Amino acid sequence: MALKASALKVGDTHSECVVENLSRTQIVQYAGASGDYNPLHSDEVYTTQVAGYPSVFAHGMLTMGLTGKMLTNYVGDGRLTKFGVRFTNQVWPGDTLTAKATVADIRDEGGQKLVDLTVSTVNQDGKEVVSGSATARLDP
Amino acid sequence: MAKITFPVEASHIMMFARSIGDTNPVYHDAAAAKDTEVGGIVAPPTFAQAVAQFDPDYHLRPKPGEKWFGSAKGPSGIEGRPASSGGLHAEQHFEYHRPLRPGDVLTAETKPGKTWEKESKRAGKLTFRERITEYRDQKGELVVTARGVGVTTERPVDQG
Repeated sequence: MALKASALKVGDTHSECVVENLSRTQIVQYAGASGDYNPLHSDEVYTTQVAGYPSVFAHGMLTMGLTGKMLTNYVGDGRLTKFGVRFTNQVWPGDTLTAKATVADIRDEGGQKLVDLTVSTVNQDGKEVVSGSATARLDP
Repeated sequence: MAKITFPVEASHIMMFARSIGDTNPVYHDAAAAKDTEVGGIVAPPTFAQAVAQFDPDYHLRPKPGEKWFGSAKGPSGIEGRPASSGGLHAEQHFEYHRPLRPGDVLTAETKPGKTWEKESKRAGKLTFRERITEYRDQKGELVVTARGVGVTTERPVDQG
């Protein structure tokens, strides 16, 4: 269901747990679907012995995709006009992520009501892994 | 950079949605999707990135007959390769003009954007490179603009 401008106010929030105990298998699933087979995401031997990281880690785009699930659940399907993020910390197997959108502005652009959202996804320790913003079309 | 033809297919959308743990029927159930506001299956907001599947030269996919830098018998398939943290994804931004749907045949064209450097305590010298990709549909209309920023680090990112 689409959001209504009349039912929203600045500061409103929506949050969802978007993954619990992230598995290496889900990271592999994302590699297969997206086509990004960087061994940093699926090859523990390469990542620990050659690249020097403690373990494989998630694609930034997997974290963005998980965050996008929270957004589409909130604003409705096909309603986003913008979605952008910075990847601020890596996401590791075993992480549990919570994504949150906060209403920053409700405005009118050429007769179309829009909502600007700030977006933040944190891990189980409260560390931010994704920081961004999104804009979506609203019903009046 | 060459233009890439990206056919949007329902089974690919289903697999992509599964990989991000999104069970929304609008991504896999045509009958249920028909009764929604969008009127049919659409792709999730980050799906455009799967254009990598259709790039014949994509460097992060192993190719027959070419050495691959991931592990095989040894920790890397490329001997003598200096230890490197490789490139990481720093930012990604999308602008949507309409949702992507199965049956769309997109043409993606990527152009380099800005390049800049920054010093970081956690990973040494960082080199950022921006890439802008325009996705146009079969009618030539712009449907998605993507701006990605990649970062190459001097050393692996410190986890402290």
